Amino acid sequence: MKFAVIVFPGSNCDHDAYHAVKHVLGADAEFVWHKESSLQGADVVILPGGFSYGDYLRTGAIAQFSPVMAAVKSFAAGGGPLLGICNGFQVLCETRLLPGALLRNRDLKFHCEHVCVRVEQTDTPFTMHARPGQVLSLPIAHGEGNYFADAATLAELEASGRVVFRYCDRDGQATDGSNPNGSLHGIAGICNERRNVVGLMPHPERACESPLGSADGLVLLDSVVAWLTQHGALETA
Amino acid sequence: MKARVFVTLKPSVFDPQGRTIVEALHSMGYAGIGDVRQGKYFELDVDASCADTARALASEVADKLLANPVIESYRVEVES
Amino acid sequence: MSIIDHAVLERHGLKPEEYERIVQSLGREPSLTELGIFSVMWSEHCSYKSSRVHLRTLPTEGRRVLQGPGENAGAVDIGDGLAAVFKIESHNHPSFIEPYQGAATGVGGIIRDIFTMGARPVALMNSLRFGPLDGPHGARTRRILEGVVAGIAGYGNSIGIPTVGGEVMFEEPYTGNPLVNVFCLGTARADALVKGRADGVGNPVYYVGAKTGRDGIHGATMASAEFDDRSAEKRPAVQVGDPFMEKLLLEACLELMKGDALIGVQDMGAAGLTCATSEMGARSGSGIEIDVMHVPQRETGMTPYEIMLSESQERMLLVVKKGREREVEGIFEKWDLHAAHVGYVTDDGLLRVKDHGSVVAEIPNRALVDEAPVYTRPTREPAYLAEVRPFDRAALPAVDPRDALLHLLASPTIASKRWIYRQYDYMVRTNTLVLAGMGAGVVRVKGTQRALAMSVDGNGRYCYLDPRRGAMLAVAEAARNVACAGGEPIGATNCLNFGNPERPEIMWQFAEAVAGIGEACRALHVPITGGNVSLYNETDGRAIFPTPVIGVVGLIEDASCVPTRAFKGEGDAIILLGETFDELGGTEYLKTIHGRIAGVPPALDLRRERALIALLVRAARAGLLRSAHDCSDGGLAVTVAECAFDTGGVGAEIDVPALAADPASALFSESASRAVVSVDESQAATLLQMAAEAGVPAAAIGRTGGTRLHMAVGGAAAVDLPVREAEQVWGTALERRPGKNEIRA
Repeated sequence: MKFAVIVFPGSNCDHDAYHAVKHVLGADAEFVWHKESSLQGADVVILPGGFSYGDYLRTGAIAQFSPVMAAVKSFAAGGGPLLGICNGFQVLCETRLLPGALLRNRDLKFHCEHVCVRVEQTDTPFTMHARPGQVLSLPIAHGEGNYFADAATLAELEASGRVVFRYCDRDGQATDGSNPNGSLHGIAGICNERRNVVGLMPHPERACESPLGSADGLVLLDSVVAWLTQHGALETA
Repeated sequence: MKARVFVTLKPSVFDPQGRTIVEALHSMGYAGIGDVRQGKYFELDVDASCADTARALASEVADKLLANPVIESYRVEVES
Repeated sequence: MSIIDHAVLERHGLKPEEYERIVQSLGREPSLTELGIFSVMWSEHCSYKSSRVHLRTLPTEGRRVLQGPGENAGAVDIGDGLAAVFKIESHNHPSFIEPYQGAATGVGGIIRDIFTMGARPVALMNSLRFGPLDGPHGARTRRILEGVVAGIAGYGNSIGIPTVGGEVMFEEPYTGNPLVNVFCLGTARADALVKGRADGVGNPVYYVGAKTGRDGIHGATMASAEFDDRSAEKRPAVQVGDPFMEKLLLEACLELMKGDALIGVQDMGAAGLTCATSEMGARSGSGIEIDVMHVPQRETGMTPYEIMLSESQERMLLVVKKGREREVEGIFEKWDLHAAHVGYVTDDGLLRVKDHGSVVAEIPNRALVDEAPVYTRPTREPAYLAEVRPFDRAALPAVDPRDALLHLLASPTIASKRWIYRQYDYMVRTNTLVLAGMGAGVVRVKGTQRALAMSVDGNGRYCYLDPRRGAMLAVAEAARNVACAGGEPIGATNCLNFGNPERPEIMWQFAEAVAGIGEACRALHVPITGGNVSLYNETDGRAIFPTPVIGVVGLIEDASCVPTRAFKGEGDAIILLGETFDELGGTEYLKTIHGRIAGVPPALDLRRERALIALLVRAARAGLLRSAHDCSDGGLAVTVAECAFDTGGVGAEIDVPALAADPASALFSESASRAVVSVDESQAATLLQMAAEAGVPAAAIGRTGGTRLHMAVGGAAAVDLPVREAEQVWGTALERRPGKNEIRA
């Protein structure tokens, strides 16, 4: 079972995702440079956080054209589990693998802090082992995490249960006060129609070891391992 | 040839930067300014023989990269 | 024939005597390009000409020191075959002129100093000083504060290095001269440190990174001059940082350093290409010849003068083994960087600059570096000391301690800095064991059981009243902070921020401060491994407080035993390690409540401090400490209050001996060598015993619990506040706009 962590120029949290997978989860992990055209038989793909291309022009705007994205898109089209974290989520939106866009935080400031998110759907590869409504404490660290989609898209996301994570308070109530960046409907993470591509702004890879403040993020990794075991590891692309 | 691309947020998108600017202007005494929307401006040095070609190229580039159609719209001006 | 007249010299910041020395060094008059090169290398910022005689007295050796001052950064051995590489640097003048970019490029500069040594940067800290947020310049100060914080955040977050802590202080003398000191720590294999050397005749010299433009020309000379009314015009082409470019450089360089194709590397910071070439050559006793036509340029028509003096950011100079050029270029190509071959190492000890083959400058490296002027400037004890030191404690009116505490908690220097550090990514790289605002910065060292603690501390007000003792107290505080996290102090770096050294009073402050740092570092066995000096921090003749800032790095043997400042629950015993004396001189209390800066800073017994530090480290390692917080600004009352914050409202009840009729002495004195710790009730006796054996005064002063802060002095109630109210005041003070900081009585 192999995890691929895509590395763009400017990715920072690739090291963190690799560490979480390899040294905490104990699974095989590999860095895949953005110029590669193959994912080398990976079973799970992670687009990590960071500042790909310096966030110049728009966050994730330039990374969408990296050579490796062709392979990532095929992987997603084939049903493979694809997770976009923070900048990774931004890249997924720019690539149109997920709908909507991430705008500047409503108070115009970068936010680094632990927040709570509620797991809304447990039928994605990354939330299978979570309980519906489970509250996870996860760190955020972003200046552009304000999720936007037009009214029709938002309605569609809610109706089809594609909002996977929603900002909430410690008791699981989604309030405006618990929304750190102004995201519409308090959306912290969503999935595609096929439910194999998940993007979220919080950093689960930073919450896999208690000494760092929370181990709630581990459930996303445990889930995808279980999902793969259930569905069998995929054929190499 | 110079092509200018003006990229602006779609009206439905909340613009916190624009709002902050308006508040600053109001506190400076400019009550007559109602609203401000912040956008981006690109100047492209285009290798093209005529204005129409330049405009088409600039539009293509704007579609593909300079603007995100989910949240932004654009217009192109070409200096003949 | 010479176009160099008095006006030209003045623009270059050179004195006529210095010009004479240049003529002597060369044996002829210099060309304008050569003059420019000398002017930046002999500037205060690059040559340390006013400070070297004093800096030489600092202790720089120790059993763990792998690299002392003289390289791009210092390094100490941390076990497991690893080294901690660290330094602190200032970017004061640019941050006043352009706060965002000034601070951002300061961060960029210090990061380069670390990875140029072969270390991966793993943590950043900063020490910032501004004028007051209220008052006539409040609005401008707030803009500077916001710009500086945004700049640090913008650069540090983008390059993916966590900013794990620091200090921010507000005091009138910094109004026109904000201080921005940035500290960076990295880790490297101890046997793989890279030096800034140019060895091997014929070895190619490469330039990699951003293209050279006209930015920052004469930045070094600007940093060596005061501000006055004409400062607005002196706005040079301000350097704009590009953290993305630096991230690429960092990854490419670290990748290159894994192999053995590299001889030496240095980043281009102050005085750009000039400094890098001459320093690398001087270190090796060799020479470097470059042709500026090969230097990638982003503006047209640049002269050799401009190319040599440019301070464009994100550029590195490398000396590579002959024959390995393809390999080196290939690594940089992978990261979409172009490495330009600009010259060679020679054996003539000269910096030879050519332009399309013609020599435009030829100067012995040693003249630029080792033979730069060294001044022993006159010193004179300032007259103001006789006025500010006398302080009649008895005449100080008594103030309700509860109100005083709330006022102190609301003062920007003491208040929570969460509004600031929330803008910094302090968690990237998943090593941060202590979240920002909770004590010293602590990052684990992956692959080992260890962690590194770090703290940057200084107190300009103490140094104003007594520079020697104030500097000693800064060293003590930084070491103590690190010890509270369980870190044994193993190395230090200093950033010395002072006014105009040509004024004997300022030079006296400097000399005294350096003497104090030396004395404290020797007594605490913490060697100085490098640092930075920033002089001429004055506007219209008024200087900042003398402000030495000390960064200390500590080694935590067991990363699972790291106390933070916050109480962990109810029913724990609160123990005060150390002793409080009646000394309100120079305190936050005296200034904030009574509007006075007077007296002398608290006394410091370095043996006691050493014993306390050793005790804290031992107790933390033994897992005894549930929390630990050093006592500094605001005294015991503020310290205990801060221990109760971020606990979900866990309060405390303490009773301390009276020192005077006025409880303020016991509650707000800033006596040194103290820490407030909490331990499980059952462990209190053990800790007190340990303290007694260590010769550290210690007393159980109370217990955690309840929802209020109850502080009694000599049995008489002095402060009684709900924790939530105190935390609210402390937590929101910085966000409130100036002028609206009224506290309800």
